[in-house]
Amino acid sequence: MNKIINDFSITVGTKNGSGSSTANNTILRSIFKMGIPVSGKNLFPSNIQGLPTWYTIRVNKDGFIARQEESNIVIAINPDSFAKDLASVSAGGAFFYSDDIKLGINRTDIAVYPLPIKSLVRSDQSIPNDFRDLVGNMIYVGALAHMINIDLEMIHTALSFHFKGKQKPIDMNFSMVKMGAEYAKNNFEKKDPFYLEPMDATKDLIMSDGNTAAAIGSIFGGIQFAAWYPITPASSLAESVIQYLPTLRKREDGKQTYAVVQAEDELAAIGMAIGAGWAGLRAMTSTSGPGLSLMTEFAGLAYYAEVPVVVWDVQRIGPSTGLPTRTSQADLTFAYHIGHGDTQSVILLPATIDECFEFGWKSFDIAERLQTPVFVLSDLDIGMNQWMSKPFQYPDTPMDRGKVLWEKDLEELKGNWGRYLDKDDDGIPYRTIPGNKHPASAYFTRGTGHDEYAKYTEDSATYIRNMERLKKKYQNAKNFVPTPILRETKGATLGIIAFGSTENAILEAQHLLAKEDGIKTDFLRLRAIPFADEVGEFIEKHEQVIVVEQNRDGQMHQILVTNYPQYAMKLASAVNFDGLPASAKWVREGILAKYSASGKKTSAKKKAEGAKPSRTSKKEASKKSAIKQKKK
Amino acid sequence: MTMENLPMAGTPANVNKAGLVKNDYRGAPSTLCQGCGHNSISNQIITALYEMDVVPEEVLKFSGIGCSSKSPTYFLNRTFGFNSLHGRMPSIATGALFGNTTMRGISVSGDGDSASIGMGQFKHAIRRNVNMVYIIENNGVYGLTKGQFSATAEEGLQLKHQGTNPYMPIDICLEALVSNATFVARSFAGNPKQVKELLKSAIAHDGIAIIDIISPCVTFNDGVNAYHSYAWGRENEQPLHEISYIPPRNEIMLEREMEQGEIREVALHDGSVVILKNVDKHYDPTNRFEAMRVMEEAQRNNWLITGLLYINSKAKPNLSATFNLTAEPLNKLTEVDLRPARSMIDTVNAMMF
Repeated sequence: MNKIINDFSITVGTKNGSGSSTANNTILRSIFKMGIPVSGKNLFPSNIQGLPTWYTIRVNKDGFIARQEESNIVIAINPDSFAKDLASVSAGGAFFYSDDIKLGINRTDIAVYPLPIKSLVRSDQSIPNDFRDLVGNMIYVGALAHMINIDLEMIHTALSFHFKGKQKPIDMNFSMVKMGAEYAKNNFEKKDPFYLEPMDATKDLIMSDGNTAAAIGSIFGGIQFAAWYPITPASSLAESVIQYLPTLRKREDGKQTYAVVQAEDELAAIGMAIGAGWAGLRAMTSTSGPGLSLMTEFAGLAYYAEVPVVVWDVQRIGPSTGLPTRTSQADLTFAYHIGHGDTQSVILLPATIDECFEFGWKSFDIAERLQTPVFVLSDLDIGMNQWMSKPFQYPDTPMDRGKVLWEKDLEELKGNWGRYLDKDDDGIPYRTIPGNKHPASAYFTRGTGHDEYAKYTEDSATYIRNMERLKKKYQNAKNFVPTPILRETKGATLGIIAFGSTENAILEAQHLLAKEDGIKTDFLRLRAIPFADEVGEFIEKHEQVIVVEQNRDGQMHQILVTNYPQYAMKLASAVNFDGLPASAKWVREGILAKYSASGKKTSAKKKAEGAKPSRTSKKEASKKSAIKQKKK
Repeated sequence: MTMENLPMAGTPANVNKAGLVKNDYRGAPSTLCQGCGHNSISNQIITALYEMDVVPEEVLKFSGIGCSSKSPTYFLNRTFGFNSLHGRMPSIATGALFGNTTMRGISVSGDGDSASIGMGQFKHAIRRNVNMVYIIENNGVYGLTKGQFSATAEEGLQLKHQGTNPYMPIDICLEALVSNATFVARSFAGNPKQVKELLKSAIAHDGIAIIDIISPCVTFNDGVNAYHSYAWGRENEQPLHEISYIPPRNEIMLEREMEQGEIREVALHDGSVVILKNVDKHYDPTNRFEAMRVMEEAQRNNWLITGLLYINSKAKPNLSATFNLTAEPLNKLTEVDLRPARSMIDTVNAMMF
């Protein structure tokens, strides 16, 4: 049998709340520490205990670490999902299972490894009863480690990190790992082709999740105030802010330079953040779709009253009784037009962990420079899963506090200033901050019913002037937001536009499209709205541009069509919204279904019929796949 | 009490200790209806702050939406203010007051703003003991939208175009008390002296000070029998006590002025004192249980009970005082204070796996 080295996927099927996340993270981290590119995705239900949950790991020597739909190695611990898990193993794959599950194995095309997890754990008298299920997960870690060659030393490193150096749990868990490995060594004959071999591809990288990165980035951005209300998948962002602030902003006098308040709801959370932003603090809140809905009225007010505030939206499928633990990019058009009346939002779109860090600090600069709410749209996949990442980079620009006038500035102006005067002709006015003692500093903040000097008026001409200035300010915003990232292929006529956590899947799909389908593509990854000039130029340059995203209605496609009506016919939309982290398979199939480059129009249409991306019928889809038909 | 009567040598008669004249405390001309109780309250806010020598740049004004919430435009032109959203003033104030915790908030809300749409934020601001005076100008009606019932309107109230109110009213002071407010008072806009003295006490209080001021709507709710009308208010007002606010003074003065028996003094955190002349000699505004009882009693007897109903100036620190913040206001801190040192980036990366 030919060995398959560093190129496969592992799926663990367990019950929610069974403590398997420690075990699964340990596998992920050990492989990472072996220098092999790897990713891990937690696919979990909205439930504390009992429902089936899966963890899928992708190992790939070439660095393609988007979720792989096919499972090569499956570990089944949960009787409720056993049949499904067994069926999901790819032909020639490996199946580990807990042998207390007495269900039949009806497949002969895979290697099967039954694990006596319960009896092995029981054999160690030193494990207290109520810890057995928890540490029992480490048996499969050990067995898997032996069978695919995970370095046990790396497992120990991962456990030490997880338990923050606490010897007792490290020892207890590691003894189970060794027991599992020992059992596999004595009882299993290797019948599958999957092996790991150490590489050197990750030594300069770190591993973290986007919410942690965003929190730490915010701290390097000088966060002073955060208000939040618990919501999956955003809670860990605020919790990380609370966790890291005392260490990273420690002062000799022991005093705090920040305050974090858990609000009574999202309305109050954004209200407090806007109050703090108005009072001159770097303020933020973090939430997900349903919370963002509650923030709508305040977001509109902050837009009109020109108050800087940062809002992180870690997107998921909503509402709370929707699929709240599944990833999504479906808050986009909502966030783009959030608020009543004519509003347009500044939106940042991080795709990687280090970008979550970078946008964590940069968002404050942008918000204060533009005196407007900045929405950072992350998602559950990037926010909650562990990703490999470039290390965080110290901010490369000093803090930009924007146009703020203090006493001496007003002294120089002889008190002659207007809060909403467009003095610099860039749509951005000057502001003063409470605590400014100059008698001319104060102004009364209202929505749009004010003149250039913040005096109450409902005069139509003044209102129109103000609204036009806000529009000018928004157009000017493109000069302050992160520019898109372009990856060009020589001779490509097809363009791909995407954003956020789908990046890995797109990069792999580009590779597959070139290799399997002979289609060369260029990829423009958007990082912000309003769009930089490069976006229009990219669309203009290509015969066709397919916008790939994770929502039903092709929301980014809509926004692009609205912004570039002259190119509307060039823009096509490929979507997937099954709630799972993006895979190269659906990106490729989605692109093929919409691909209409010259001479390929007819065959592309045919492909579209056979290659509809669908998770439930993925096997059939890949069998029928027009790509393969074409090859034959 | 007022400085007008006691001119100091060398200073104009109308200049207070902050070096300001009353005009420095005024706002834009009111656009509320003539005879509106809210205007009377605005005037007392102006007078109270002027008489207390408060520097206008050292307070912050907040309001929600409604007739009452328009009123911060009509006082303190030299003070930063935020006319926010309907029912959401408390959250704006909560965040803003972290900018510079030496500043005290003066917030104006209404019965619609605080007892209906903003009931949640009203109670949570109280629970957090946000450092502000929270005035509810209570007229039992939605004035700005032309006369709908509010949640404080009494059951059976009849309004033109609205019919009869079928629901029980919400008592703002009771709600404040059960939410653990540290200062609860009620007054009547037609009793300006009491309003002023209560405002002064509230301004001197550390933490949240709730003042429910029955402020009749002359346009939409001024039937003779309406609970929130002038006529009813004047007739049914039951002051708990005569109240006088005495600014901070030294101890000798305090001893000399001490009278026995009829007068009860309540010390505020800054050393100032509220003197209550009790109608009911046994009433003790530091007794929460008593406060609950007199309000319940007033409700049963259809009395409008006014005065300082409850105060506990030592109950707990105000919200920002619980944070051990820097002496320098947060909004004066710069990059040196706010951005971790360059070396910390390695520390952080080392903390990741």
